[in-house]
Amino acid sequence: MAVTAETIRSTSSDPLIIAGTAYASRLLVGTGKYKDMNETRRAIEASGAQIVTVAIRRTNIGQNPNEPSLLEVLPPSQYTYLPNTAGCYNAEDAVRTCRLARELLDGHALVKLEVLGSEKTLYPDIPQTLKAAEILIKDGFKVMVYTNDDPVVAKRFADMGCVAVMPLAAPIGSGLGIRNPYNIRFIVEEATVPILVDAGVGTASDAAVAMELGCDGVLMNTAIAAAQNPVLMAQAMRKAVQAGREAYLAGRMPRKQYGTPSSPLGGTFF
Amino acid sequence: MKIILNGQERSVEAPLTIAGLLQGMGLGERRVAVEVNREIIPRSQHGAYELKDNDRVEVVFAIGGGGMSRGTGGNTWQ
Repeated sequence: MAVTAETIRSTSSDPLIIAGTAYASRLLVGTGKYKDMNETRRAIEASGAQIVTVAIRRTNIGQNPNEPSLLEVLPPSQYTYLPNTAGCYNAEDAVRTCRLARELLDGHALVKLEVLGSEKTLYPDIPQTLKAAEILIKDGFKVMVYTNDDPVVAKRFADMGCVAVMPLAAPIGSGLGIRNPYNIRFIVEEATVPILVDAGVGTASDAAVAMELGCDGVLMNTAIAAAQNPVLMAQAMRKAVQAGREAYLAGRMPRKQYGTPSSPLGGTFF
Repeated sequence: MKIILNGQERSVEAPLTIAGLLQGMGLGERRVAVEVNREIIPRSQHGAYELKDNDRVEVVFAIGGGGMSRGTGGNTWQ
């Protein structure tokens, strides 16, 4: 097929650009909740992701002394680390976490800001997130911000200087898929920075829908880590994000209420 | 002297630098970040920085994480 070479060219020249850096993969993945470091490494390799989120925690927590550290399994020379402020419920804790991450990763400025407001739904606390974003941006951080799917709030974050806005599709870890595609579309239409769906994806079709809506990327963790076969699901997600992106670029056919034949109506012999 | 290390009280022998503390924790080779009384102490100063009585020390590193999540026991949606 003559189209193949052209298709490959068009997708390879379609990078995701965040804060001036180009990434070939539009799938960003979390590194939590895997069975062990080996599964973490295999799933993340299969996902093709180049940006991986990490948590910052006390050294005596969550560490099996017999296991290599995350930094050994996913070398920062090969992956772009995205420290996140998961677990923070106020601006102060989030800012503190980002500053520690910057020291840990030798001046690394790209962070995922997430300030939660509800332990039950894990919905973001928007006033606290705005407050933290303002401090972090002033302090030189490049902030990718987790937010709800409110178009007005999303625009506010973009206007204040966040390098990416990441609305939720559904509550974190719920796997319920994109609950409000119309809001995601509003956010995409108004976007001046990359928009990534972050949280709520459950399976490959959810990721494809996010991309078909025009999102620039998808960030997920549980959808891969909690699958029966995380490595296979990581591969499925890689394909879904790519397929959804290509479908968006291709432009879908218009929806019609009734059937439209695809074979010519003339020349029938019956 | 006493320090509060990652939220737990510890008796340590003075003088003790941050580098010495990390060595004692078996973290000499690990990449970590250190806060003393909520102030980040850059890695370049770990060798010279001497801890004082009642210092609150946090030693953190990067672990696997995505969004905040907890066990899903009793949390299903049909």
